[in-house]
Amino acid sequence: MNSDRRDFVLTAGKLLVLTAPAAAYLEAMETGKAEEPAYKTFEHYWGMIVDIEKCIGCGNCVRACKVENDVPLEPYFFRTWVERYHVEGAGEHPDVDSPDGGYNGFPEKYAAGDGAKSFFVPKLCNQCAHSPCTQVCPVGATFESPDGAVLVDKTYCLGCRYCVQACPYGCRFIDPRTNTVDKCNLCYHRITKGLTTACCESCPTGARQLVDLKDARDPVHEFLRTHKVHVLKPQMATGSKVFYNALDGSVR
Amino acid sequence: MNRFLKDKEHLFRMAALFAAGVVLFLIVRAVLVPKGFGVYGHYRAGALEDNRVRAPRFAGRPACIECHTDEGDRLKGGKHAGVGCEACHGALAKHAADPSSLKPTKPDSKTLCQTCHLMNVAKPAKFPQIDPKSHMDGGPCLTCHDQHAPDKEPKK
Repeated sequence: MNSDRRDFVLTAGKLLVLTAPAAAYLEAMETGKAEEPAYKTFEHYWGMIVDIEKCIGCGNCVRACKVENDVPLEPYFFRTWVERYHVEGAGEHPDVDSPDGGYNGFPEKYAAGDGAKSFFVPKLCNQCAHSPCTQVCPVGATFESPDGAVLVDKTYCLGCRYCVQACPYGCRFIDPRTNTVDKCNLCYHRITKGLTTACCESCPTGARQLVDLKDARDPVHEFLRTHKVHVLKPQMATGSKVFYNALDGSVR
Repeated sequence: MNRFLKDKEHLFRMAALFAAGVVLFLIVRAVLVPKGFGVYGHYRAGALEDNRVRAPRFAGRPACIECHTDEGDRLKGGKHAGVGCEACHGALAKHAADPSSLKPTKPDSKTLCQTCHLMNVAKPAKFPQIDPKSHMDGGPCLTCHDQHAPDKEPKK
């Protein structure tokens, strides 16, 4: 009986000692096999800066987005669009228009010196950190990625439209070709390859800038310190990561 | 002891039924829950990769400048230095990957310049804008302006 116990303890001890090198060996085998991925998901946290004072309403971003992301041209669905605001006075309801989402630019509608202020507001998915749209999805087909983009899993989307209704910014639409939801995914296929988004690439004035909030060298940190920025509908507590510079209070 | 297990058969039957239910649940779950679900959160981890795979259509400025170094130099320091090449020339990733596969068409300056520089009340006041009716009768822009360096002397 005694020798049995002795044998058991010895064997167990030997096995225990062997597990550490075995685990290390297996790990080395694993890492040796798997190639180091070029894009490290957990080292980024994406967002965007939109500078209202630089936007000229040319519609380049809208056109570029449609090309890059194969967004149906008509009927007019958008991953990003531009709105024109015309505010006559404080507290007045603004006059807002967005002809074809700004795809063909903005034909002059107001007279110069009419005493009102006019400006353009580019809109896109706000890539919320606590997004209402991801919370209502019944199948987990839309989610906040670890690197801060709100993505859609097209293979599992049912097309139930809950998220379309949940988005406070109206950023989602049902793609009539696939009957699944589509939205701005911050050009996820581009930003993970080291490129900027199509809208930022084609913005002639730099009014839109893709930012990586986890990158200490990104000029975004300096920008957020030195500018008075705002997000859309902060009362919704969505954790929006699209920061607007010089945003007027009339913008909804 | 035996007194309690005297009519044990129904207990075993129930246990077997329960075990079968659990096994059935596990099988159905394994079939229905997609692979990688729950690795990062309440979604399929593979969806990240699915969003990544598409090929870009805009090549990005560094890709253009790699070959067109002269235009890159011309842009430097000028008023259009911050404008991406494809903002005017369109999406040209195909051309960047294989220059012979797609020859870019020359943009029509008459309409293209006005896309940005046409007068509009809503544009920032500092941004240079023209009214084609009063500005050189809407004549060709490139006679006087160099599209790549509008504030430098036009290239001869």
